[in-house]
Amino acid sequence: MLKTIGKKYGFYIVIVLFWLLMTLLGNAGMLTSHFSSLLVPMTYYAIAAVALNLCVGILGELSIGHAGFMCIGAFSGAIFSLLTKEVLPGGLRFFLAFVVGIAFAALFGFLIGIPVLRLKGDYLAIVTLAFGEIIKNVLQAVYLGVDAQGVHLSLDMTTFRMEPDGLTLIKGAQGVSGTPRNSSFTVGIIVLLLTLFLVHHLMDSRDGRAIMAIRDNRIAAEATGIHVTRYKMLAFTISAAIAGAAGVLFSHNVTTMTNISNYFNYNASIMLLVYVVLGGIGNINGSVIAAMILYLLPELMRGLNRYRMLIYAIVLILMMLVNWAPGVQERRRRLKAFLKTRLTRAGKEA
Amino acid sequence: MAMLSVDHLSISFGGLAAVYNFSMEIEKGALYGLIGPNGAGKTTVFNLLTGVYQPKEGIIRLDGQDITGLPPARISHAGIARTFQNIRLFQGLSVIDNVKVGLHESFPYGTLAGVLRLPSYRKQEKAIDDRATELLKIFDLDGQRDLLAANLPYGAQRKLEIARAIATKPKLLLLDEPAAGMNPGETTELMNTIRLIREEFDLTILLIEHDMQLVSGICEELTVLNFGRMLAQGRTKDVLKDPEVIRAYLGE
Ligand SMILES: Nc1ncnc2c1ncn2[C@@H]1O[C@H](COP(=O)(O)OP(=O)(O)OP(=O)(O)O)[C@@H](O)[C@H]1O
Ligand SMILES: [Mg+2]
Repeated sequence: MLKTIGKKYGFYIVIVLFWLLMTLLGNAGMLTSHFSSLLVPMTYYAIAAVALNLCVGILGELSIGHAGFMCIGAFSGAIFSLLTKEVLPGGLRFFLAFVVGIAFAALFGFLIGIPVLRLKGDYLAIVTLAFGEIIKNVLQAVYLGVDAQGVHLSLDMTTFRMEPDGLTLIKGAQGVSGTPRNSSFTVGIIVLLLTLFLVHHLMDSRDGRAIMAIRDNRIAAEATGIHVTRYKMLAFTISAAIAGAAGVLFSHNVTTMTNISNYFNYNASIMLLVYVVLGGIGNINGSVIAAMILYLLPELMRGLNRYRMLIYAIVLILMMLVNWAPGVQERRRRLKAFLKTRLTRAGKEA
Repeated sequence: MAMLSVDHLSISFGGLAAVYNFSMEIEKGALYGLIGPNGAGKTTVFNLLTGVYQPKEGIIRLDGQDITGLPPARISHAGIARTFQNIRLFQGLSVIDNVKVGLHESFPYGTLAGVLRLPSYRKQEKAIDDRATELLKIFDLDGQRDLLAANLPYGAQRKLEIARAIATKPKLLLLDEPAAGMNPGETTELMNTIRLIREEFDLTILLIEHDMQLVSGICEELTVLNFGRMLAQGRTKDVLKDPEVIRAYLGE
């Protein structure tokens, strides 16, 4: 009994304990403000890494534009919050911002999936790469606002004229400002837990089996009666939606969202991919651990400026070895088996 | 009415007529063999029947229903299941999950029910587990249920493919060289299993096989293919005595 609970919910418990520890340390004033500021980004990168692993590891389709879905979620959620800042109470507004951000990211995932996922081959990588770059560049160039006369949309600052009482939503390269800072470490952890719950339960259902069957052997999956396109669409749309949720956390963690290309460019997508690969492709919990360690590490080593990237590289290599080297895997398996017999023996004696 | 009726089926690849003018009728409950030398077009016939390839000409009817040109998943729903000559398991899934994928259509609870673990999920997953376990038992695989399919020995992988195929509740089961790579003992066991599942699941079976012990042992009727064309068709005894067939197999 205890063992099945441990197996099923062990990782959730670890995350909750981590949250508790950080919160207690924070309240006791034992965390530097720099470290505290890293906690929310750590959660949204972990969430985005889980989203990407659902696409890459579970569905088996390479995407190198997941930062683009984060970007969609970030902007649509922020714009919703700006528009409803005066009318809705904070908690409800933030909740609805998630709904909006997730819905928009899912919509874009769905629209990209329709033409691409019915093709056989690695077209998704190319298309998502292009999508990520386009969306970021468009959102950096766009001017969007509302006033008494309605909605204004322009790509040119000089033609963007608003009434004095108007509300500017996106101001070109200056981005979005005035978003309420609703994100917190606690909310981030809750969204992360919900994400893990969703993905694990999905994987452990008939839909999840269908998705993984397609990954393992498309032809056999079809012959077994699996509607391949439908399940690819389902997995990819959910993956995009989760990345959107990460984006909502992002945009509500800063009052001004400028320089978005630093956060949502090609490099960001690759960084997510690094988290996924090092955490183990298809290993959802591994993505969370990898994202947390690899995000915090370089940030915490800012003091060691000169050696920072060196240490980072060494950690990358070590993680790769731990997760992928056959020898180490074998040893890990043996250690696990050993611990298991020990535990069951201890359990019997007790 | 025949369970499967194939009428003048043809397909070619870059000018090569891989299958030409192929016709056959298989009665319900039959155990039917498709044989021929390497490259004769046997697997291509399976790929045509299961929608992997679209025929250039011809009609395929299953239990009276025209299934020509349907996509593979729809053909599976219509009632044809198959195994593959080069085994195609879901290697990253456990043995039992491979069978559970085959039960996908029979237990159609929704995505939300699955994620939220609604009662329909619990009830149907229980039934899925029971059913999959039963199927594994028939093939003596229940001891390895949690093993990764990729880690099964070769012979067991072939059996698992059959179990997965049967899980889809087919009317017609296509087996592409089920005894390939098995020793004579395993082959005999397989023959018994094939007979057993035909009775138990009320199946019609069409199988491709090179092993003549198996073919003459269990097939009631045969079609012989050679260079994409039908060489002979009829009762196993008669076909195996046909001089043309003997020549095709032994060479001039
Ligand atoms: N997709 C394809 N593209 C091109 N040629 C093909 C294709 N599929 C089959 N062929 C050709 O069709 C012919 C028949 O192949 P098929 O696999 O059906 O033979 P087979 O009777 O199953 O042989 P074996 O006993 O070796 O399995 C071969 O010449 C093969 O090269
Ligand atoms: Mg063949």
